[in-house]
Amino acid sequence: MTAAATYDLGKLHGGLRLPGEKEASTARHVQTATVPPQLFIPLTQHVGEAAQPVIDIGEAVLKGQLIATAYGSLSAPIHAPTSGKVVAIEPWPVSQRHGETGPCIVLESDGEDVAFRYENRPLRYESMAPDDLLQTILDGGIVGLGGAVFPTAQKLMQAVTAPLTHLILNGVECEPYISCDDMLMREQAAEVLGGAQILMHALGLGNCFIAVESDKPDAIHGLATALGELDDKRIVLKQVPTIYPSGGEDQLVQLVTNLEVPSGGLPTDVGCVVQNVGTAAAIYRWIHDGEPLISRITTVTGDGVVSPVNVEARIGTPVSELIAIAGGYTERASQMIVGGPMTGKSVTTDRVPLVKASNCILVLSDVIPPDDEKPCIRCGECALVCPIQLQPQQLYWFACSDNEKQLRAHGLTDCIECGCCDLVCPSHIPLTADFRQAKARMREMADEKARAERARLRFEARSARLQQEQAERERQLAGQKQAALRAGPDAIREILDRNRDKNRQDDEA
Amino acid sequence: MDFERRDAPFVTPSTDVASVMRQVLYALIPAALAYVWYFGPGFIFNLLIAAIFCAAGEAAMLRLRHRPVETVLGDFSAMVTAALLAFALPALTPWWVTATAALFAMVVAKHLYGGLGFNLFNPAMAGYVVVLVAFPMDLNLWTAPRIGDLDYHYLSLYETARYTLTGTFPDYLSFDAISRATPLDVVKAGLNSMSTFEEMRSYPMMGDFGGRGWEWIGNFTAIGGAWLLLRKIIRWQIPVGVLTGLLLPAGLFYFFDPAVHASPGFYLFSGGTILGAFFIATDPVTAATSPRGRLIYGFGIGFLTYAIRRWGSYADGVAFAVLLMNMATPAIDYLTRPRIVGHPKKTWGR
Ligand code: SF4
Ligand code: SF4
Repeated sequence: MTAAATYDLGKLHGGLRLPGEKEASTARHVQTATVPPQLFIPLTQHVGEAAQPVIDIGEAVLKGQLIATAYGSLSAPIHAPTSGKVVAIEPWPVSQRHGETGPCIVLESDGEDVAFRYENRPLRYESMAPDDLLQTILDGGIVGLGGAVFPTAQKLMQAVTAPLTHLILNGVECEPYISCDDMLMREQAAEVLGGAQILMHALGLGNCFIAVESDKPDAIHGLATALGELDDKRIVLKQVPTIYPSGGEDQLVQLVTNLEVPSGGLPTDVGCVVQNVGTAAAIYRWIHDGEPLISRITTVTGDGVVSPVNVEARIGTPVSELIAIAGGYTERASQMIVGGPMTGKSVTTDRVPLVKASNCILVLSDVIPPDDEKPCIRCGECALVCPIQLQPQQLYWFACSDNEKQLRAHGLTDCIECGCCDLVCPSHIPLTADFRQAKARMREMADEKARAERARLRFEARSARLQQEQAERERQLAGQKQAALRAGPDAIREILDRNRDKNRQDDEA
Repeated sequence: MDFERRDAPFVTPSTDVASVMRQVLYALIPAALAYVWYFGPGFIFNLLIAAIFCAAGEAAMLRLRHRPVETVLGDFSAMVTAALLAFALPALTPWWVTATAALFAMVVAKHLYGGLGFNLFNPAMAGYVVVLVAFPMDLNLWTAPRIGDLDYHYLSLYETARYTLTGTFPDYLSFDAISRATPLDVVKAGLNSMSTFEEMRSYPMMGDFGGRGWEWIGNFTAIGGAWLLLRKIIRWQIPVGVLTGLLLPAGLFYFFDPAVHASPGFYLFSGGTILGAFFIATDPVTAATSPRGRLIYGFGIGFLTYAIRRWGSYADGVAFAVLLMNMATPAIDYLTRPRIVGHPKKTWGR
């Protein structure tokens, strides 16, 4: 697969027109995967800290029952994808770590798939206070399904603190190969719209754009039909140009509203909240049907599988099972990527389970040219396609010399790691990977600085405390001496002994 | 099943340095044919000698710097330098002059600065300027273009080869009989000695705009340049900058006092203007990179070229103009950084 570049389309700078490669996986309806005998459910499926298990090994659970609760401010709870028995909580290969292990709950299915019943569903959310509704959404374990996996409730709670003007549902799958949102909009448009209504209520907004790319006529048709039945004038479909990376959150805001999200800021800074269409459908299912986020649609595709297809599968299903649904591997399969070809993560084994973030399982034959990185010839092509108008050639220069000050001045932290620059570079420099590393180094240095600062503060606080204690002790001693003088020699010895003990204790502490 | 771990993106880039350089070479073919047609086979000898010494110089430096020789030589950038040198030199140039230029370009201008991508100066122009200063007589020996001048002895293949190898003519030929001033020389000398441009236009060596023959080479060079633009190998900003930088002052002076100034058309079709605009100034390594920076960079080259041609001591000024602007490139790049999306507006020249 190769790429041809186009420049300055829409209201986005740069970007690339990439071959879609989506026809293969959209030819068939979404297939439903059978529940496998064992599910591996990672405790970290969101950006924040790992969820905390609330079940014991050996405990029987029902489908949809809470098995791990949110821990910390950016965490999301996790629910049992099917009914069965918890057999272990142990490390298992996960895609978030490229196939290295992470803690997982291992659930053995009992084959019954009996659901836990949540009360008063469908919830009459229209009569709920927005805060209560947000709390309920938090309990559903819902995270952004576009790949960023930010816990949805927290994102919405942050959003309502700002003056909002737009809710934008992101139906733009700008990366090649991925088509799960396309299929969702074709086949489950009503749920997407239902989710949009819930979101509008939760945010107190009276309008919602659903943005879809121009190359998804069937999805637009599906949404338009459902919208006709629903007859909700607040929801408006918006067609955006098919250009990568128009589906990036900030880029979509720019395309739809012509407002730039300020550097280091959030879409809410310009009054926008962006939610993935899959997230909206998940919210609808939770609020309406009482089904928390325990399954998702994922695209299994690439020239490494026999018949690419979209599969709706339970969270925790091993990827190897999904590959089987796509007809197995072809002979040329040599690279497995979870996510799209531009920003996905390669994994080393197909034993990794499907997680909330897995929008695509991409298996490719070897498409990467051999290592033939050449020096930068300063052709400037990378700067022409950068959607952020960065100067990757300068950043690259400063990244090589580890010049943190210039990296900051040239906006390294604004880089969205979209990979556009890599694709047009005639010298085949892995710019995006270099920038990712440079950012990590910069973060590390910032961490170190923060640690040093914390240590300094602690040290100062400790010295102050010690001084204070010393003064206190002297004062006490003086008081005791006075008392002893009044009471006589026996009492003095006693007091001295007590003091010695106390001092020893202090030293040990 | 197990897989390898790699970094995103997982898409093969659509171009590589070798293919870019190859296309630049292809684009020079029309100009080369025109050059050989008008100035004879000497161009081919120069091209071969330049190519051999560029390759040798690059290979030697790569070995000294412990770099892989084959893969780097395979990027064709040394061949582009060789070709540009061959275009810059007179058709009749002794081999050691060409070799000096080629070696200086590769060894000093390119590799002592760190090789492809790190050189500050355009190697071909640096090599050319060095021999221009070191061998002024040789660089002054231009033959007449083949425009059917019955009195002129057009050199045969043998005579050309002999001169290239030995720097001498057979007894029946003399330096003066062969040497002809270029149109730029003629016009410069003429204007300095109070002839008007109108008078000079009627000389038999003059064509519609520039010198006869010369202007056709310019046309063929422009064809190749246009092809590079279409293929997006080069972007429009530098050629447009160079041409406006040259034609704007030339046009203004000519408009107000056509008697003592040459026409913009003459400057456009003379010397290295078109080659410079499309092929020399557009060398990515030594040019500015941002679109606005490229306009400024190109304009500077055009303007300096005009200034040198009009008031300097050399007839043509493209090479010096390019080298001067090369020095300004880092500053231009710094000052023309585009505003990063999401940053406050109006940070220009911050
Ligand atoms: S595309 Fe590659 S070679 Fe060209 S300027 Fe950017 S980093 Fe350098
Ligand atoms: S990866 Fe970063 S530098 Fe490269 S094009 Fe994307 S935003 Fe620009």
